[in-house]
Amino acid sequence: MPSTALLLSQAFNGLALGTLLALVASGLTIILGTLGVLNFAHGALFMLGAYAMYVVMAHTGSWLLGLLAGGVFMLVVGVALERLLVRLFYQRPHEDQILVTFGAGIVIVEAVRAYFGGNTKSVPTPPWGQGIVRLGFLFYPTYRLELIGIVAAVLFALYLLLYRTSIGLVVRAGIEDARMVGVLGINVRRAFLAVFALGVLAAGVAGMLYAPIVSVQPDMGGSFLVEAFVVIVIGGLGSYPGAVVGGLIAGEIISLTSAFNTAYSEVMLFAVMALLLVLRPQGLFGSEGRV
Amino acid sequence: MSTSLLELEAVNSFYGDSHILFDVSLTVGRNEVVALLGRNGAGKTTTLRSIMGLVTPRSGSIRLDGRAIAGLPPFEIARLGLQLVPEERAIFGQLTVEENLRLAALTAPNAWSLDRIYEFFPRLRERRRSGGRQLSGGEQQMLAIARALIRDAQVILLDEPFEGLAPLIVRDLVRVSRDLAAQGRTILVVEQNVVAALSFADRVYVLNNGHIAWEGTPAALRGDPALMKAHLGV
Repeated sequence: MPSTALLLSQAFNGLALGTLLALVASGLTIILGTLGVLNFAHGALFMLGAYAMYVVMAHTGSWLLGLLAGGVFMLVVGVALERLLVRLFYQRPHEDQILVTFGAGIVIVEAVRAYFGGNTKSVPTPPWGQGIVRLGFLFYPTYRLELIGIVAAVLFALYLLLYRTSIGLVVRAGIEDARMVGVLGINVRRAFLAVFALGVLAAGVAGMLYAPIVSVQPDMGGSFLVEAFVVIVIGGLGSYPGAVVGGLIAGEIISLTSAFNTAYSEVMLFAVMALLLVLRPQGLFGSEGRV
Repeated sequence: MSTSLLELEAVNSFYGDSHILFDVSLTVGRNEVVALLGRNGAGKTTTLRSIMGLVTPRSGSIRLDGRAIAGLPPFEIARLGLQLVPEERAIFGQLTVEENLRLAALTAPNAWSLDRIYEFFPRLRERRRSGGRQLSGGEQQMLAIARALIRDAQVILLDEPFEGLAPLIVRDLVRVSRDLAAQGRTILVVEQNVVAALSFADRVYVLNNGHIAWEGTPAALRGDPALMKAHLGV
């Protein structure tokens, strides 16, 4: 049996991982919900965000600049990907969409590998995030603790965007019935572009924030993609609250299981997902009868 | 007819390979209420969907106030002041009543205020914070019509507005439809409930197997039991 301090520490790790998974998964789920496209390039875009942070940090040393420049870069990537590729596949069967986004992901990963090499890059922790914090009897890395707060703030901003603005209104309606949104006079295709870019931005920002605490390398997005899929299945496809709650649950499952046996952390995650699918096939926040 | 606001001429529409509408021609005059009747599968819904741009006619022309609209995407047709209220109502169940209305109003140049809508449908004011999926069938239908109204749509296509509703609610909605007509809106209504439809229509078309089979006044249709039986089964 692991010590209480270890379990507590892992619970914090679970929170940090969970909020990041929530951010990655919310991008995935709004793209899936609105556009009907399961974006298999999402993991590669997460990785691209981490590299954007690496490049800016290496040249300027500024974390804030990395976040801003990286954010703009991810938006540009998102717009380009939608206009040049994904847009052509909206009317095509799901298999085609999966194949084309999967292919785009491979191209992005290999392009990064060709340019930066396959070896691990490390991104420095910003000055305000260095050191450790004493939480009662537990010592915890400062940046990880701050990370939880930062990602929570980003998720809250995303909530405000989705639930308090006209764009959010269009996105939430589009998740339910994109065609009816068009019948009500709204150019859905333009809304699709915004949603795709926003989803890519969410994945990229998660990568940027995560970069200082992981080894940055071209394949880092793979496991995140799989976990994000599990998260949106648990939370309910197309549901933003589902992605957030599902992300936190998944983060805790992975981290707490690791305290006992690292080999079982993913197994446990899939077991919980399987159990949930039996008991509540639409996921925690999903509506019945939706795809 | 120079006064016709909506004009279909020899429209042929398909779903995949199946030919649904055959040379459908009809006109709806400004401020006119026209009922489109016919049995299940006669092509009534397809006619409305073709006008809204959800189905692109393979041939023929559709004109709104003299402007050709066939082939335009639905959002552009909606911005020209034409609004379909679909059979399945298509209320956004995850949005509140008020959000459904605000969404509809987003791109309308002369959108009504929410207050004006709520004066028209007091029930919706009471339910404005409720989620769309919590509404009764009658309330959903009110909201579906209200979304067309808040856009200040000049031409409203009503697809089976009374379907599945209790007689009392149908009576209310017939009154609402009459009010709309009295305000000078132009309505094309598709309905299985022939009696209800005839009670507020100025003119009637009967569709049979994708062809326009008859055109006339409600009085003429009521006075011809053989025709009613042959094409409408009533």
